[in-house]
Amino acid sequence: MHPIGTVHYLALSTALLLIGTVGVLTRRNIVIILMSIELILNAVNINLIVFSRALHSVSGQVFAIFVITDAVAEAAVGLGILIALFRNKETVLADEIDLLKW
Amino acid sequence: MLIDTVLFYIFALLVLGGGLLTITRRNAVHSAISLIVSLLGVAGLYLLQQAEFLFAVQIVLYVGGIMVLFLFVIMLVNLDEAAKERQFNRQWLVALVAVAAVGAQLAWFIYKGKDAFHFAENAAAALPEAVGNTEQVADSLFREYLLPFEIASVLLLVAVVGSVVMAKKRI
Repeated sequence: MHPIGTVHYLALSTALLLIGTVGVLTRRNIVIILMSIELILNAVNINLIVFSRALHSVSGQVFAIFVITDAVAEAAVGLGILIALFRNKETVLADEIDLLKW
Repeated sequence: MLIDTVLFYIFALLVLGGGLLTITRRNAVHSAISLIVSLLGVAGLYLLQQAEFLFAVQIVLYVGGIMVLFLFVIMLVNLDEAAKERQFNRQWLVALVAVAAVGAQLAWFIYKGKDAFHFAENAAAALPEAVGNTEQVADSLFREYLLPFEIASVLLLVAVVGSVVMAKKRI
């Protein structure tokens, strides 16, 4: 049995990235689309942390902090947009918001 | 070594199981709870990788901050109607095929390059860490990455102003 190495973590983060992508592309509910984006960002963070350990450099962890900051900003603005949309259109389904479609 | 392996698989199960439940549940609250399980699994992986500071940040910020924000919005927005409707859009088959193609590429890259990833893994045990993880992160953050740190604070300010403007009734 192999000890757990970098490759195992990379495979795990790839799987998490793909799960998040499927969520973003197929769900209709905007709240769950935003949650899937959080899954994608976490997959990136796992990669950053693993390479930070493998390369003996703490920069990866600092970048992970920046990614978390971005995730916070994105979630706050995204949920604000969602509330504004729900107030005007009374729906949270992504494919029913088609103001720019004709 | 064995306990590392067992813990890795437990956390991997939490991460992937939580992620799968997040994108398949009909009720948004159930999705949020599954996402919390997944994020806690990621925090455990950080701990296994000796990133103790990020472990704490993950739990305090993600589970304690972002997920509470999500649950508040789920409470504010009426999701009962949406739960009765179709949950997946019409393009789901195309999306699955595209994601499978990307996944096959990534899996192939990882499989072909798996021997290249063993760099420096043996040296990790040889170097005892003189200072703690939090101290290292702080040194790096406030010396090398001071400007990005300040820019990140401006980004957060913009996000605060933006979300307040979005949530206002009349601008």
